Amino acid sequence: MSLDRETVRRIAYLARIKVEDERLDQIAGELDGILGFVEQLSEVDTDGVEAMTSVTELTMPLRADVINDGDCRDKVLANATDPFDGFYTVPKVVE
Amino acid sequence: MTYRIVGETGEWEVVIGLEVHAQVVSNSKLFSGASTEFGGAPNTHVSLVDAAMPGMLPVVNEKCIEQAVRTGLGLKAKINNYSVFARKNYFYADLPQSYQISQFDKPIVGAGVVILDMPDGTTREIGIERLHLEQDAGKSMHDQDPKRTFVDLNRSGVALMEIVSDPDMRSPEEAGIYVRKIRSIVRYLETCDGNMEQGSMRADVNVSVRKVGSTELNTRCEIKNVNSVRFVMQAIEAEAQRQVELVESGGEVEQQTRQFDPSKGETKAMRSKEFAHDYRYFPDPDLLPIEFSEEYVEAIKATLPELPDEKKQRYMSEYGLSAYDAGVLVVDRETGHYYEAVLGKNRDPKLAANWVISNLFGALKAESKSIEESPVSAEQLGQLLDLIADDTISGKIAKDVFEKMIASGDDPAVIVEKEGLKQITDTGAIEAAVDDVIANSPEQVAQFQGGNEKIAGWFVGQIMKATQGKANPGMVNKMLKEKLG
Amino acid sequence: MSKTLTNLTIAEARDGLAAKEFSAVELTEAHNDAVVAARDLNAFVSETPGLALDAAKASDVRRASGDVLGSMDGVPIAMKDLFCTEGVQSTAGSHMLEGFVPAYESTVSKNLKDAGSVMLGKANMDEFAMGSSTENSYYGNTINPWKASSGPDAGSDLVPGGSSGGSASAVATRLCLGATGTDTGGSIRQPASFSGIVGLKPTYGRCSRWGIVAFASSLDQAGPMTRTVRDSAIMLGSMAGHDPKDSTSAPVETPNFESAMGLGVKGLRIGIPKEYTAEGMPQEISDLWQLGADWLREAGAEIVDVSLPHTKYALPTYYIVAPAEASSNLARYDGVRYGLRVEGDSLDDMYMNTRAAGFGEEVQRRILIGTYVLSAGYYDAYYVKAQQVRTRIAGDFKSVFEDVDVLLAPTAPSPAFAMNAQLDPVSMYLNDIFTVPASLAGLPGISVPAGLSEHGLPLGLQLIAKPFDELTLLRAAETIEQSAGFELPVFSGGEG
Ligand SMILES: [Mg+2]
Ligand SMILES: [Zn+2]
Repeated sequence: MSLDRETVRRIAYLARIKVEDERLDQIAGELDGILGFVEQLSEVDTDGVEAMTSVTELTMPLRADVINDGDCRDKVLANATDPFDGFYTVPKVVE
Repeated sequence: MTYRIVGETGEWEVVIGLEVHAQVVSNSKLFSGASTEFGGAPNTHVSLVDAAMPGMLPVVNEKCIEQAVRTGLGLKAKINNYSVFARKNYFYADLPQSYQISQFDKPIVGAGVVILDMPDGTTREIGIERLHLEQDAGKSMHDQDPKRTFVDLNRSGVALMEIVSDPDMRSPEEAGIYVRKIRSIVRYLETCDGNMEQGSMRADVNVSVRKVGSTELNTRCEIKNVNSVRFVMQAIEAEAQRQVELVESGGEVEQQTRQFDPSKGETKAMRSKEFAHDYRYFPDPDLLPIEFSEEYVEAIKATLPELPDEKKQRYMSEYGLSAYDAGVLVVDRETGHYYEAVLGKNRDPKLAANWVISNLFGALKAESKSIEESPVSAEQLGQLLDLIADDTISGKIAKDVFEKMIASGDDPAVIVEKEGLKQITDTGAIEAAVDDVIANSPEQVAQFQGGNEKIAGWFVGQIMKATQGKANPGMVNKMLKEKLG
Repeated sequence: MSKTLTNLTIAEARDGLAAKEFSAVELTEAHNDAVVAARDLNAFVSETPGLALDAAKASDVRRASGDVLGSMDGVPIAMKDLFCTEGVQSTAGSHMLEGFVPAYESTVSKNLKDAGSVMLGKANMDEFAMGSSTENSYYGNTINPWKASSGPDAGSDLVPGGSSGGSASAVATRLCLGATGTDTGGSIRQPASFSGIVGLKPTYGRCSRWGIVAFASSLDQAGPMTRTVRDSAIMLGSMAGHDPKDSTSAPVETPNFESAMGLGVKGLRIGIPKEYTAEGMPQEISDLWQLGADWLREAGAEIVDVSLPHTKYALPTYYIVAPAEASSNLARYDGVRYGLRVEGDSLDDMYMNTRAAGFGEEVQRRILIGTYVLSAGYYDAYYVKAQQVRTRIAGDFKSVFEDVDVLLAPTAPSPAFAMNAQLDPVSMYLNDIFTVPASLAGLPGISVPAGLSEHGLPLGLQLIAKPFDELTLLRAAETIEQSAGFELPVFSGGEG
């Protein structure tokens, strides 16, 4: 298995991490190393084995349908980069 | 009614599947205690969980689970006692976690069926593939500022039910009726308010085309977030036409996400393949599987109201209504309630149905009012029917009285009394009017006696005119026959 | 006073405070001073001496009026910077969260606060808890107070392990009486082993994850790092508890963990899993492990050889599951609602610039791997497969725990190594080879300092118990502690 530059570029875009072209090969190599390491799992016979969805044997707790949160705009916006008039803002999205 | 697109190379059929997003009726959000109330100043119905602050965790709202099960039961669907929340990963301005908590391969509700009542009285069955629970996103506003998009997270995390149909629909009309039927069912169940203007219900429409006779499922396009029944129908029409033209001119339909522009009546691509999403679904490790017992489902089942399909059957069998009339009356819960209230204990079901469907609906439509806003209460309409039944007024006069009820909101008896519209059943008074008309119409009497029986109607008209329509028509007829021989 | 204040254990401090031998303010001032004196170790990202003194004063007031909150009242501790602390910058060791001041307090740190403990500052750590050496912090490396007495690393600065390296170094250097850590694949136990202290990772679900910056949700667990087993028991008691805000928090009672002290191991069955050995592992670690088994046997436990056949697959499983979860958990750092933003021409540009600048290399690497293993076409081969193997690994433990009460193994395959040893990613991951299996199975584990390497560096032994059986875990840990007679030196830099 060996990752090509295009795959690394695509994955980096999916993860929204900017990767300069000159770093692609190095990253591909490192990811290859890790993928090569995890490859050994193919040795394990997992036919009919349930994939774990949770390590605990609990059942999901349920919350009562009451309003007991929210109304805390100051807290919500306290660390925002560029809030305006109660909104978060991002660079303009052209749809 | 078969819907066909006539192209240059022959006739085409359209294949439609719908994903309806219905906002769950609940006080608080799917995974946080913030309010679901519509509107509100930006970012006020937002908890730290909804804003995806570091370390915040979701805890599921029991009401939302119940509502999904309830809706599944209403769709006669398989309820899955074990289901899993999964993360759907993508970046967007109004998606603070950069993933939507949804359900993927283990939804809470599986296959079901929806019955469409077609205008010709026939029915169509549309398969439901699944219903799953998921979070709504926030709202981006692109037109407030030249450089920035504003983001309000008030909707972020509100519970949605995504109801996915099989690709069973074959015309815009069917799709429209399907959306209305889903709306009707969730409103009966009180699991979604069905308010499309506020976005409580919206549809993603999947459209593909194929040559008539073909059974292949061709590449489809998904038209996102269509927010009215009319637009659903228009979007399908436009998209099907586009695909036919594309294929006939040698092109190929590309799997795409598209958007409907109602002002232009056309769909346009939002993203093409190169930007296609890879959502990387996986079970949300912050949550555990949703598990419940058969008893839990049974307990919810026990609280289901009579749903439109059953109600329609009952109206047909119990009241002898036509399929069409019954279908119209059950369309929403309020109409059914209204109709049954008009019916009271022993009023004539067909007469009541006629009055509700022709007179009341007409009047409400003219005033753009819903049945809950009707100026004439069901009780009052029932009283009007009683006045007809006991011969206080004729059916014809009743129409005038009804108009006055709509305008004033007064009880029918009050209007009849005030306007002196009471039917004349006094034999003497009717006899005088009959005699008077006969005496003044020798020519017509002669014609009648000469064998022109049609002229009897003219006599009735004259007598009614003379009594301002108040004479009991049965008595008038009877007496005329006696006098004219 | 027979001991300087920074040399006390939590238990001794509790008793001294109760006997009014010293005040919480005096105790805190001594530790505030120690923190300042040891700044060259870079154990803290943020120091909060003023808040600490306020808390200490409040503790003294309570004590004066007889309202002591418990064993932790007035006890100075360090808080790993992964815990969100209200009004105090919480960085997770990342540039991404530089300047982020939460408007909320994590459940565990709140529990500790409510128990009267005194937070001295926020401890350094590998960025987003990803690392085994605390060399991945945006805020610089933390240094281990230990130095090799001989060998190739003699005299060099050593790593304290990681990711909770700031906590480990602070506790070992006596800058605090205890510290919080978090453990996803060994991040409490491995630095404890490297630093000669006790590190306890509780059962998954024992401590709430609410308000802890998430790395891998199905694995993350908070726990205490202290100088003695008893202190870990005391501190865990104040951290644990069911939290309705965390759906994976277990609705179980929090026992009095300290009650396990002095019970010994008589009658316990202790398993020695033969697979806990690694290529190139020094003989001294195998020898120490054997010695540990002997101590437990001498103390009355029965030693049983057991097998956990899927052990070798734990690390590769972990390096699929943890990055996958992390790639999703860290997607929220998008420059919009908090933390760093690097502008760009479009929304996507802004995201990409922000995340390239905000995340360090190792974090980026794990996000990319996690994104890859979840992506279309690879999900089944990697993620589903790993979760199936995880089921097997958990199954192995389940069956051996039908036969034994506790497992004994080494904590790490080596002692602390030199800073900037420039290990490649996979070699670095091998540090967690013995700690990851219990993490994948959600089991409680503890590392207890048990001896020294030939070059004079501390080595820990690890004990693993059944879910929610921390009491038994602590009994065995105390026995190891007593038998080993390990002495933590007093390092310069601290008050002593
Ligand atoms: Mg959709
Ligand atoms: Zn959806």
